[in-house]
Amino acid sequence: MEVSVELILQACWETLYMVSVSLVFGSLIGLPLGILLVVTRKGHILENTLIFSVLNPIVNILRSIPFIILLVAIIPFTRLIVGTAIGTTAAIVPIVLHIGPYMSRLIENSLLEVDKGIIESAQAMGATPLQIIFRFLLPEALPSIVLSITTATIGLIGVTAMAGAVGGGGLGDLAITYGYQRFSTITIVVTVVILVLLVQGVQSLGNLIERKIRRM
Amino acid sequence: MIEFRNVSKIFKSKTRTVEALKNINLTIEKGDIFGVIGFSGAGKSTLLRMVNLLEKPTSGQIFVDGQDLSKLSEKDLRQAKKNIGMIFQHFNLLRSKTVFDNVAMPLKLRKTPKSVIEERVNELLHFVGLSDKANSYPNQLSGGQKQRVGIARALATNPSILLCDEPTSALDPQTTTSILQLLKRVNQEYNVTILIITHEMEVIKQICNRVAVMQNGEIIEEGTILDIFSKPKTETARNFVRSVLKDEIPQSIFNILQSNGKFSKIYNMEFIGESSGKPVLSQVAKSFAVDVNILFGSINELQGVPFGNLIVELQGEEAEIARAYDFIVQQNVLVNEVVRNGS
Repeated sequence: MEVSVELILQACWETLYMVSVSLVFGSLIGLPLGILLVVTRKGHILENTLIFSVLNPIVNILRSIPFIILLVAIIPFTRLIVGTAIGTTAAIVPIVLHIGPYMSRLIENSLLEVDKGIIESAQAMGATPLQIIFRFLLPEALPSIVLSITTATIGLIGVTAMAGAVGGGGLGDLAITYGYQRFSTITIVVTVVILVLLVQGVQSLGNLIERKIRRM
Repeated sequence: MIEFRNVSKIFKSKTRTVEALKNINLTIEKGDIFGVIGFSGAGKSTLLRMVNLLEKPTSGQIFVDGQDLSKLSEKDLRQAKKNIGMIFQHFNLLRSKTVFDNVAMPLKLRKTPKSVIEERVNELLHFVGLSDKANSYPNQLSGGQKQRVGIARALATNPSILLCDEPTSALDPQTTTSILQLLKRVNQEYNVTILIITHEMEVIKQICNRVAVMQNGEIIEEGTILDIFSKPKTETARNFVRSVLKDEIPQSIFNILQSNGKFSKIYNMEFIGESSGKPVLSQVAKSFAVDVNILFGSINELQGVPFGNLIVELQGEEAEIARAYDFIVQQNVLVNEVVRNGS
């Protein structure tokens, strides 16, 4: 049995849905978490050993669990949040939990790239910690953050391929169920081509935005 | 006015303890352009950062206009910083903001009305000569222009004190001079007290009226710029002075002098102020039976006072040279015999 165009379009839609919703929620977790990981560290503007030494290992633990295991391990939690453990929406919960900590590390790195002298000049001006974050750190790190989010988005596209394990659908699921299990080479080729184009598109868009905002 | 009272700073890490500042006592008067010179690691950068509490003293107090800043709440301290501008060696401008927005930043942080910001920023950009660069980004500017933006930004909140952290160390000599001239105008036109730290004696020579020499966390010498240049007491100060007033005679010249066989003595003469205008050497040559051979000469201006330096060889009878020496001393000229190597 060959795959139909409708099925491919359906899978494309599911992938885009999972990627975009996870990206929004992942950023909502990753951005504040990344900022906290920077400003509470030793010697920084809101040094707080307690917060840092709690958040840092949590991020590490979540990042060290392979996604496929996280997917099944948190099924009860998923059911609690979205009412079901099966389907595209249900897949988003573990994806967010996976990508959030990953993004926090990327954002953390982007913020750490900002020259210490910038923070010093802000302090000399009498800026409050919040002003330092929103008027100095984030604007200066923005080009780098855009590239971080681009990298995270591409990572997300890969992660959604595994969502099929909980009936999440998407292009990866299609490739496994039709292409691999039913020996449909054309399905494998088509899904891979679509995924390659998707990744290329995301990367180019990210680079374009980064170049627009980096005044060099 | 800035006053350091018994200020010490100790940095502790797991492996070692560093005493960055040792019992510093220093007063910088209103209107001064006060220079602190020292090699890297001498503690001058820590000293500067104590004034706006970017570094907190381990012990001792710092008074800015009579106020001990370490006693203030976070909120009051932020308010007090309005009065203390700061510029940096690497400028520390926001790359993501235009020149205008960089200069406006200290005012925006204080929620100043837009119209006031616009007027003040344009005035300052005009003052530093960058009116045409308001919409440029820092990456489009040269080093000197970036420091001008830094100076305009530091002046935005109308401070009475400007802290300068090696402001010209990243600039070429010509740009250095133009930035120093600008700082001098800041001091005169905006009535701003300037504290400047540097490792370049040239900076001190060009704009400071007082100077402190730092070494190993201590102030080893302090005084007016004329004091330090004419009578340096420590070896470190002497070396810094020598770095801009070259008064060394090359060995090859000594050798030539020695080979001609006549009896002679070499003197280093320093003329300060009025005595620079006197034709002392010509009088010596006319009144005594000695020949005068000028080996080296230079004249500088320190704080508007001419400061001349001559190295001369007096040839003749020993007794006659001694009489000439006495005459020179009477003319208010500082004379020292230059001891020749190996003789």
